[in-house]
Amino acid sequence: MLDGLLLGLSTAFSLKNLLMVIAGCLVGTFIGMLPGLGPMSIIAIMIPVAISLGDPSTALILLAGVYYGAIFGGSTSSILINAPGVAGTVATSFDGYPLAQKGQAGKALAIAAVCSFCGGTIGALLLVGFAPALASVALLFHSAEYFALMMVGLSAIAAFAGKGKVAKALLMTILGLMLSTIGESALFNAPRFTMGVQDLQSGVSFITLAMAMFALPEVFHMVLDPSRGLQGESNKQIKNLSVTKNEVKKIAPVVARQSLQGFFIGVMPGAGATIASFLGYAVERNIARPEEQKEFGKGSIKGLAAPETANNAACTGSFVPLLTLGIPGSGTTAILLGALIALNVSPGPRLMIDSPEVFWSVIVSMYIGNLVLLLLNLPLIPYIAKVLSVPRNYLVPFILFFTLMGAYIGQNNATELLLLVGLGICATVLRFADYPLAPLLIGFILGGMMEDNFARAMNITDGVSFMWERPGTLVLLIIGMALIAIPAYRNRGR
Amino acid sequence: MRLDRCVALLFLVVSIVYGLAAYHFPILPFERNMAFLPNTLPKVLSIAGALLSLFILLSPSDSMESTDIDFRKFRLGQASGLILGMVCYAVLLRPVGFITATILFILGSSMVLGERKLYRLLLIAFIAAFSIWYLVQETLGIYLSPWPRFLS
Repeated sequence: MLDGLLLGLSTAFSLKNLLMVIAGCLVGTFIGMLPGLGPMSIIAIMIPVAISLGDPSTALILLAGVYYGAIFGGSTSSILINAPGVAGTVATSFDGYPLAQKGQAGKALAIAAVCSFCGGTIGALLLVGFAPALASVALLFHSAEYFALMMVGLSAIAAFAGKGKVAKALLMTILGLMLSTIGESALFNAPRFTMGVQDLQSGVSFITLAMAMFALPEVFHMVLDPSRGLQGESNKQIKNLSVTKNEVKKIAPVVARQSLQGFFIGVMPGAGATIASFLGYAVERNIARPEEQKEFGKGSIKGLAAPETANNAACTGSFVPLLTLGIPGSGTTAILLGALIALNVSPGPRLMIDSPEVFWSVIVSMYIGNLVLLLLNLPLIPYIAKVLSVPRNYLVPFILFFTLMGAYIGQNNATELLLLVGLGICATVLRFADYPLAPLLIGFILGGMMEDNFARAMNITDGVSFMWERPGTLVLLIIGMALIAIPAYRNRGR
Repeated sequence: MRLDRCVALLFLVVSIVYGLAAYHFPILPFERNMAFLPNTLPKVLSIAGALLSLFILLSPSDSMESTDIDFRKFRLGQASGLILGMVCYAVLLRPVGFITATILFILGSSMVLGERKLYRLLLIAFIAAFSIWYLVQETLGIYLSPWPRFLS
C-alpha cells in the first residue's frame, strides 16, 4: 500500500497535475455557485477538456478538483442566498442561511469549508484502508434496505417539527411525497398526475422546487417586509471568519461522527451525499442537548457542520464501488466512469493491479483537491461573503435572476419558469402560515427513490414481509421510526 | 379563519382530488397482479394528507403557534411588481433572447424596488447578462439565444 501511495504522490505532485487541481477547484467553485449547475453537470461539461489532456491520471486529477470545487460552490449559494443548487446542499441551507442572516456569513462559509475538508480527508483515509472490504458489504444492500435507509433519511423532518408544528411538518412531507409522484417513473409504464401537461411528463424538477421553496419565499419576505434580513451588520462582521475555541470543541465530535457515517452511507450505491447530509443533520439534532436542539434550523453551527462533513465524506465513499467494482454509486460517479472508459481505463477489481498509478493518483488527488480547495477558498471567503452587503435594490433582482436562470438551465424550458413563480407564491403563503418548507423538499427528494425501492422489494417478496424478515431492514426501520417519534414525543407539551 | 387553517382546508381539498385521481388511475392488465401498483402510494398519501389536514383544522387554537400577521404594513405593490417581472421574463425569454430579457428584467425589478440610477444600472445589467451568457453558452456549451429572434 505504501508503494502505491508513493506512486500516487509522485504522480499528483508534478507541476502539471498541481496546476490542474488548482484550475479544477477554481472552475468548480465558481460555476458550482450558479444554481442549476451541480457537480454532475460541471464534470460532464469538463470531460472533453479532461480527455484532451490524454493522460488518465492528469484528467482524473482535474475532474476531482472540479468535483470538490463544485460541492463547495453549491454550499456557498445555499449559505449566502438560500438557493441550494443540488440536493446534497439542501441540508446545508437549514442552518447556514440563518447564520448568514445573523451577519455571520464569513464564519458560516469558513465552517463549511473546514468541515468539507475534514469530511473529504477522513473519507479519503477510509477509502485507502477499507475500500475492498466495504465493496462487498455494499453489495449486501438490496431494495428493502434502501427503502429503510430512505425512511431513516426522512427522519430529518423531525428537526422542523418543534413547537406545535408536528402535524404541519408531516403535512408538508406528504405534499413533497405527492409532488414526487408526478410524471414518469422508472417502474411504471404511464406518467402519473400530469393533468395532460406535456411539460410535466418528466415530473417537477428538483432545482425548480428548491428555488421555489427556499430562495423565492426569502426574497419575497425581504421585499414585503424590508425590516427583515441583514440589519445593520457591518462589513467587518460579515467577513469575519474567526471561530472560537468553544465552537471548535462543539464541532469536532460532529465532524468525527459525520465523516464516518457519511463515508459509509456514500459507499452504498444509490444512497449518496443527499441521504448522508439529511441523515447527518437528523442524527446530530437528535443527540444534541435540549438547549442545542432549539438552535437547529435557526443558525446552529452543529447543524451546519453535520451535513457539510457528511456530504463530502459520502462523495469520497461513493468512489469505493466505482474503483473496486466498477459500479457507479451516484450520478456524478457514473459520469466519472464514462470519463475513465473514454480514457481506456476500466474500473473494477483489477484496476489496482492493471493501472495502479490511476487508482492511487485518484486517491491522492482527493487529498490534494480538498487541501487546495481549503487553501484557495479561505482567503476568498471574505470577498464571497461581501455579496450580502450589496444594496437591496441590486441584491434582490440578482437573486431572482439567478433563481430563474437555475430553473431555466436545468430544463431549457420557459414553462419551468412559470411553474417556479407559481410554486414560489404558494411557498411564500405556506411560510406566512407557519408551515415548515424543508420537510416538503426532503419528502420530494427522497420520495421517488423510496417508492421505487419499496415497490421493488414488495414485488420481489409479494408483500411487506421484507420489513420484518430482513434483519437489516428491520433495524433501519426501527431507527427511522425512533428518530421521528422521539422528538415528536418530546415536543408534545411545548 | 386563520391562515394556517385556510391552508389546511385547501390541502384537504387537494388530498381529496389527488386521492380521486389515484383511485381512478388506469392500471394496465399485466400490472393488476403486481403487489405494488402505480396508485398504491398515492392512495396512502391522499388518506394521510386528508387526515392530517382535518387534524390541523379541528385542533384547538392554542395548540398551534399563532400566525396572525398584519398584512397592511407589507409592500404588496413591490412584491406584485417583481412577480409580474418574473412572469414577463418567462414569457419573453425565448422571443427577445437571453441578454435582452435579462437586461430588461434587472432594470425593471431594480426600478420597482426604487433604484433610479439608470445608467449605472444599465451598465451592471449588461455586464451581468453578457458574462453569464458567455459563460453558459460559449464556455459550457448550453445553448441560450442571446438576441431577439429577428436578429439571430
